[in-house]
Formats: sequence, structure tokens, C-alpha cells
Amino acid sequence: MFRRTWILGLAAAALLAGGRPAAGAWRAAGKVAAEVRTFPATPQFADQGQENVSPSLLVEPEARLEWASGTNRLTVRPFIRLDTHDENRTHVDLRACNWLHLGDRFSILLGLGKVYWGVTESRHLVDIINQTDVVEGIDGEDKLGQPMANLTYEASWGAVDLFYLPAFRERTFPDGGARLRGPAPIGGGASYESGAEAFHQDWAVRWSRTLGAFDVGLAHFSGTSREPRLLPEAYVSGVRLRPRYDLIEQSSIDVQWTKDAWLWKLEAMRRSGAGERFGAFVAGFERTLSHVFPGAADLGLLVEWLYDDRSDDSPPTIFENDLFVGARWALNDVAGTSILGGPIVDYRTGEVFAFMEAERRLGSRHQIEIEGRWFLHAEKGAVMDGFRRDSHMIARVSRHF
Amino acid sequence: MKGTALALALAGLLLGAVAIAQSPQEKGRAIAEEADRRDSGWHDNVSTMKMILRNQHGGESERLMRRQALETTEAGRGDKNILVFDAPTDIKGTALLTHTKVLEPDDQWLFLPALKRVKRISSVNKSGPFVGSEFAFEDLVSQEVDKYTYRWLRDEVLEGMATFVVERVPRYEHSGYARQVVWYDTQEYRIQRIDFYDRKDTPLKTGRARTSASRRGSSKRA
Repeated sequence: MFRRTWILGLAAAALLAGGRPAAGAWRAAGKVAAEVRTFPATPQFADQGQENVSPSLLVEPEARLEWASGTNRLTVRPFIRLDTHDENRTHVDLRACNWLHLGDRFSILLGLGKVYWGVTESRHLVDIINQTDVVEGIDGEDKLGQPMANLTYEASWGAVDLFYLPAFRERTFPDGGARLRGPAPIGGGASYESGAEAFHQDWAVRWSRTLGAFDVGLAHFSGTSREPRLLPEAYVSGVRLRPRYDLIEQSSIDVQWTKDAWLWKLEAMRRSGAGERFGAFVAGFERTLSHVFPGAADLGLLVEWLYDDRSDDSPPTIFENDLFVGARWALNDVAGTSILGGPIVDYRTGEVFAFMEAERRLGSRHQIEIEGRWFLHAEKGAVMDGFRRDSHMIARVSRHF
Repeated sequence: MKGTALALALAGLLLGAVAIAQSPQEKGRAIAEEADRRDSGWHDNVSTMKMILRNQHGGESERLMRRQALETTEAGRGDKNILVFDAPTDIKGTALLTHTKVLEPDDQWLFLPALKRVKRISSVNKSGPFVGSEFAFEDLVSQEVDKYTYRWLRDEVLEGMATFVVERVPRYEHSGYARQVVWYDTQEYRIQRIDFYDRKDTPLKTGRARTSASRRGSSKRA
């Protein structure tokens, strides 16, 4: 599947590059990073590796060519991760390989690309176009390049985006012997509801508009669920979870109301096709307090209520009925130092997941990031129970060019 | 004797007229209006910006940006502009879109290229630095005449260039500045230098115009 998608993307790029772009030069950018992940606790399951410290490397270069006064652009962004212990985390991808054409009111993007929808911080509920690269990070912010044809039309009544998604990318999962794999190894090859498997023709549409202090987005997605159900299968070696991708219909809304120093946010969606029909939302606010510290630092307070009424026959989630209370501390210094974090508490079951992300620039080309993710309390037998000994810290030094 | 008296009276009248027409406040505002007038009719433009931030230990930090602006003639509304960062490299591609308002908070959206995420941000605290730089949001947005009250201070030669030196006080209540001192060149009325004073009126930073490039339209725009 990976290979087929790649060939598709490369073929598209080659085709487009063959169109002999006029004057313009390729411009390079991107980053390389060295990272160390540490797991303080010993693993929960006997078949998981005993290593507590996992170094890895990341290379993500980008080449870009623009012509016709920037109205045409080719972007190629490969991605390579080399991990010492998780062989699934050692992976390559094409994050982007596309041609973008900007017209007066229309724009067209063809190839592999990335799209982000949504406003909230603790969960990215309505963001559905791209598949999540789970081995990269469990926060849902790392995405695989998605093959797409995206047409955008901007009218006085808002912007309309049409997406034709000819191929599907499987979610990445840690190796069965690696940390963060969950209660049982995931594998055995994906199964699909559609007979066309990964080549079911998916589509999506989104309307978005700024109405004064409100930024509103309405969207519908029809196609292969990005979230798989994990179906247990018994083998001699033990139970394995096999990903099953259903065909779904998902409608969503995202709204932000920006009022003085308050950002009021809502993401909500309704999905049918993967188990019983269900709905979910994330609603909350971010309030920025300036001048609370001497100097230029800002303190942002974030509160988000996460609700999801899916049943057990749907893809699993840990965000059933949770409250996120977080803080964003931005020093606003030359080094761009900032820290974001807080707990997400399921106030019904008492489950607690907490995260922290800190970053600081070193000189003009380097950056250091420290991340922590803690499974502080897991309910026996619940999804998080399979992760309870996988709390970890990540230290990363990146060089940007 | 009579002639002298008349001459004195005339001189007095003239001086009076000069004094009325050229009170420091009016002269300051006139300079800002002239700068704005000369800076109008450009429709749109593209410019590059380089900031050199020096700390007290002599350490230097560079910021490179491209700015595209669209002129707005509607009353009460300022220009629209988008600012794209090229350096430092970790924020390369980060963009800030601003729809400037004269006295209300601006509408602002931040584009974060790693996530491909567009975020509407609160612009109330315009004194907050932009993505870690020492420039505040309010320094980077469109400088509409009515955003300030003015006072002409003096004429001065700045690095061989004849300039008007004008003090301006932000009318926006959440501004991070007590005042700014602005050097306009007398030739084209372009801002050559700005000294910023914080809310406690202590000198905070200095902005200098360094590079500019215009692609189409008026060559007057800095």
C-alpha cells in the first residue's frame, strides 16, 4: 500500500514537473533531529522489549519550486525515521508531493498533501483527511501524506473545499514487541469493509467562513474510516488485534469565537458506519493572561470538555467523558521558550492522562524540545490499561535549514 | 517708525499664524498624514524585512520576513497584510495574516506550517512579541494615522539623511507603549527609525528600516 501510494505521488510529480515550469529555482528547507525516548517503568507485557532508552533519528527535507509569480508550486517533502527498537517506527513516508495552483478564486492541489481542520488543543476530533502516524506520536498531530485532489473556491459567502481522495493510508502502529503498542500486538494485515480495500474512492467537502468574531467550518466526509476498529484474533502465539477499516459518513462542525483575550472553541462530529452511530465533541476555551509575570511572558489557561458517546463496537478511545485543564506558558523571549501541558481527567472512571511539551531555540538553527506523556491512572480492562506502564519522556534536538 | 511697527505687527501676525499652523501637535500629525498620503494609492505591495535583535550582552539574533500588503480605503478599517517568516529557520513558513482595524482589536490568523494549521488568535494584547521576536504584534501591523496622537519634536540629520522627528502616542488602550519616537525622511516621508518606550516610559527598543523591494506600483512605499 505504501509503495502504491508513493508511486502514485511520484508519478503525479514527475508528470507535473514534465510540464516545464518557467523561470524559478528549487528551494530547500526542512529539518533533521536526534531524539531519545525514555520509558522509566519496565514494560507491562512479557513480549515487549526491555529497553528503557530508545534513540532515534529524523530527516524531513523539503524541496519547493515556484513559478508564474508563485501561482504554481511543486512541493516534495519526504520523511524518514530511524528508530533503534521499534521496527515499525523506522519508516519512510512522503508527507507532501504535490502541485498547487492558485487562481483568482480557485485553487487546486494534486498529489500527496496534508490538511488540518479544527480549533481545539487536547483532541483533534474533526481533523479527518489525513491518516495519523501513530508511531511518530500519540497526540494525533503527526500525519501521513494523503493522496488527494483538492479544489478550493472562495466566494463572498465563504470558502468551499472539495476533496477527492483516491487512495487510503493505513494507520501506523508500534511493533508488537515495542512500547506503546497497547494491550495486545496490532497486526495481521488490515481488513476493509469495502471490496476496493485501500482504493475505495473517498470524498469530503468543507465550507468555512469568518463571520466577524466567529470562524466557522462545516464538513462532511464519506469514505474509509481513518480510525480502525481493532478486532482480536486468537493465534497459537496469543491474541493479536487486527485493524478493520469501515466505511463511514462523518459530519462535523468547528467554531471559534474570538472575544478579547478569550478564545471559545467547539469541535463536534457525528459518525455512522463504524459500529453504532455516535457523536462526540470537544468544547472549551483558551484565555490568555498577559502581564501576569514581570517581562513579556504570557500565561494561557485552557479548559476543554471532551465527550464521546461511542459504544464498544466502535474504534476505541480514551476520551469518553474527560476534562482537560491545561496551561500554556510562553516566555516570548528571543529563544521562543514555551511550555504547554496539563492533565486530561476522565471524571467518571478516574483515569488520568497528562502531557507536557516544552521548546526552546538554541542559536538560530537549532531547537530543543522536551515532551512528557503520562498514563497516571488507568481503569482495569479499559483502553488505557494497556498503556499504564508506557509513560515516557522525549528529548529532541532539531536542526532546521 | 510707523513702518517698523507695521513690520513688527506683520511679523507678529505671521509668527502667530505660524504658531497656530505649526503647533508641534499639528505639525506632527501633518507629517504623519503626509506620510500616509504619500503612502496611499499603492494598492498592494511586497517587501522583505530583516530584524536584528541585539541583547545587552552584544548577542545578535536575526529575523527575516516577507510581507505582502493590500491597501484598504474603507473608513475605520486598515490595510490587510500577511507576514511570512524565513528566519529563524524553525519558524520558517510561519505566517501572520492581519486585517487591521483602527481602534478596535485587529483580526489575526496565524498559520503554523508543521501542522498546516490556521489559528485565529487574540489580538487584544498587541504588545505581545511575535513568535519569539522582540517585535510586538502592534509594530508589524498597518500604521493608520488615527491610531496615534502626534507631536513634532525636531528636525534632525540621521546618518546623512534629513528627517523629521515626531513623537506619537498610541490611542489603543492595550498598547504596550507609552510612546514612540519616529524619524521620517523629509524627502519621501518614509519611516527610517522608531524608538519604542514601554508603558513605564523607559526606552525599550529601536526599529530601523534596512531593506526594501517593491514589485509593482508606487516606488514610494517603504
